[in-house]
Amino acid sequence: MTTSAETPTAAVALKSRHLLGIAGLDADEITLILDTAEAMKEIGGRAIKKVPTLRGRTVVNLFFEPSTRTRTSFEIAEKRLSADTLSIATATSSVTKGESLLDTVRNIEAMSPDMIVMRHASSGAPHLLARLCRSTIINAGDGMHEHPTQALLDAFTIREHKRRLAGLKVAIVGDLLHSRVLRSNVELLNTMGAHVWACAPSTLMPSHIRDFGVTATTSVDEAVDGADVVMMLRIQHERMHGHFIPSVREYFAMFGLTPERLRRAAGDAIVMHPGPMNRGVEIDSAVADGPYSVILEQVSNGVAVRMAVLYLLSGRDSMDPLDVH
Amino acid sequence: MKTLLKGGRVVDPANGRDGDFDILVEDGSIQRIGKGLPIDGAEVFELRRGWIVAPGLIDIHVHLREPGQEHKETIATGTASAVAGGFTAVACMPNTEPVNDHAGITQFILKKAAEAGRARVYPIGAVSIGSRGDQLAELGEQKNAGCVAFTDDGRPVATALLMRRALEYARMLGVPIVNHCEDPSLKGDGVAHEGYVAARLGLRGIPGEAESVMVERDISLAELAGAHVHIAHMSARQSLRAVRAGKERGVHVTCEVAPHHFTLTDESLDGPTKYDTNFKMNPPLRETADRDAMLQGIADGSVDVIATDHAPHHIDEKMVEFDHAPFGIVGLETAVPIVFDRLVHAGRITVKRMIELLSANPSRVLNLPGGRLDEGAPADITILAPDLPTTVDAAKLVSKSRNTPFDRWPLRGGIAATMVGGKVVYRNANAD
Repeated sequence: MTTSAETPTAAVALKSRHLLGIAGLDADEITLILDTAEAMKEIGGRAIKKVPTLRGRTVVNLFFEPSTRTRTSFEIAEKRLSADTLSIATATSSVTKGESLLDTVRNIEAMSPDMIVMRHASSGAPHLLARLCRSTIINAGDGMHEHPTQALLDAFTIREHKRRLAGLKVAIVGDLLHSRVLRSNVELLNTMGAHVWACAPSTLMPSHIRDFGVTATTSVDEAVDGADVVMMLRIQHERMHGHFIPSVREYFAMFGLTPERLRRAAGDAIVMHPGPMNRGVEIDSAVADGPYSVILEQVSNGVAVRMAVLYLLSGRDSMDPLDVH
Repeated sequence: MKTLLKGGRVVDPANGRDGDFDILVEDGSIQRIGKGLPIDGAEVFELRRGWIVAPGLIDIHVHLREPGQEHKETIATGTASAVAGGFTAVACMPNTEPVNDHAGITQFILKKAAEAGRARVYPIGAVSIGSRGDQLAELGEQKNAGCVAFTDDGRPVATALLMRRALEYARMLGVPIVNHCEDPSLKGDGVAHEGYVAARLGLRGIPGEAESVMVERDISLAELAGAHVHIAHMSARQSLRAVRAGKERGVHVTCEVAPHHFTLTDESLDGPTKYDTNFKMNPPLRETADRDAMLQGIADGSVDVIATDHAPHHIDEKMVEFDHAPFGIVGLETAVPIVFDRLVHAGRITVKRMIELLSANPSRVLNLPGGRLDEGAPADITILAPDLPTTVDAAKLVSKSRNTPFDRWPLRGGIAATMVGGKVVYRNANAD
């Protein structure tokens, strides 16, 4: 990554200075991110996994909700781009002292970070910051709304295996009602021309699901039938308290992805899961660890996709900072 | 002291009056209503062409926040906001701190209102102690102290049994029970109307049925008790259907709709400013079919009253995550312009119907004085300017709070002046 010739040229740049969601990105922008991620993935394969692209830039990871995978992934991505980075988790922040989100972020901003990566339990929290703060905001998951980098890494992984997104049948199965991964994936896959099948128990299906432009079904067999991609979403045990499902046992019996059910999928189908995974609840271990599973590849690709997002939002017109001045 | 209101069109539906009349006000009361009254030493209040003289408007759903939440609003600022919006009287909700569940608190509110000297204030007392839903408050004592109705507003009357007893007891006292209809288990921790917009934005939903199942319950219980139930801030089309059915079979049920529920829909949450907490209220902004049903109900007479559910909140409380922001918006100063613009000028209702919804009917529903212009009665009069261009400016609201979803809205219609007890308590400089 030393010459600007290696930088992608498909689309010019992202239109927004924030990444708040997939909603608002067009197909060219999504393709730009995915193409950029391919170049970034190459860096992760090197002996010295570091480029100076974001040298001197400060990125703050602000996680108001527990997260291991996403936070680690962002941190590694930032370090590989040579950004100065620090992570704040709720337990150690002033939020526990009753400070408002806005005050917390304005205090951080007073120390001049360039970007803030935020995970928050409330839908729309990053939109509030984008409206009232100076920094570039990257949404690392907001409530039940969006998790854009997850959808991007999912698309990247699908594209690696299928060479395309358009025309694919993608089955998304699980707790769709509470899932930000669903919402971001539907936005992205619809924009790119894939066919999404949404499958959940009727109690965990968002109202007006058909208005999302997907095919909705409560039958896993129907959803998986001929699918090129089967994406399983996590079932949280606490959902039993809201009377959404009678038991995890019954859930697995009716909706769990087993080798038998997977046989209905296309011969070269891939199985995905954004994690964290509940083995024996939404997915059988034989499937999770089986030949069709790309679950760990998703995690690897997450770093490359986040590097691409950080780079594209940094305003650098080249990956090599020496080209800038 | 004598004042002569000269040259306006008087619209007084309760007396079946609509025409050009002069009104002579003396010592706080209406002395005479007639054509071409002699000036005879009175101070003349010259009315502009097109202005309408109406019985004082009455808002029967207002949160004045005092005692206890004076950072949001006080009785003084809230009643000043009321008269700036053309309301000569308001009924205030009991969800203060402490809750108005006791004659002493009612007396405090009335004393503060008298000191403020703006709009008249009619307290609505709590149905249950602390509005907690487990023990009936002393409704008789509260009524004697000045309460005009009872509600646990902010919360529904919790159980069917408590609602039944409250209705039976209120029938004896000759006052209505006002209910904030919402099934708590169906509402859950919802923050927006359960529909496509909330699903897309990842906001937890509150279905219209959370409201309508309790509206149905309360209509059945009012029928059982032979009492009057008033449905507060109705928002769902299913509720309207229930109210119509109840009225048809002779149940004493009345209902109110707030301006935001016949103007806005949940689509506003996904507008230019996404997740704007000035669009977060309870009941939530519902979908187009509900908004249109409210418009229809207002036009066809199924809806009795337009009430604002004026719910001031401090900006610090609203500038937070959507999930964490309190429900509610201010409404006193935007109601009349919205009613003119969206209902009267849009051809949905007449000026006469407007004044029924904002004055005659509120008075009838809560058995309040006013709502009509009678010789000998206190001179509570609102002078409307139907064609006055009005641009809502949140920064300039008289209310202590700024939480309006209508900021920067250009509207046609407004208030020229407000008179309470013969005294001009508000005069709109823009109208003159």
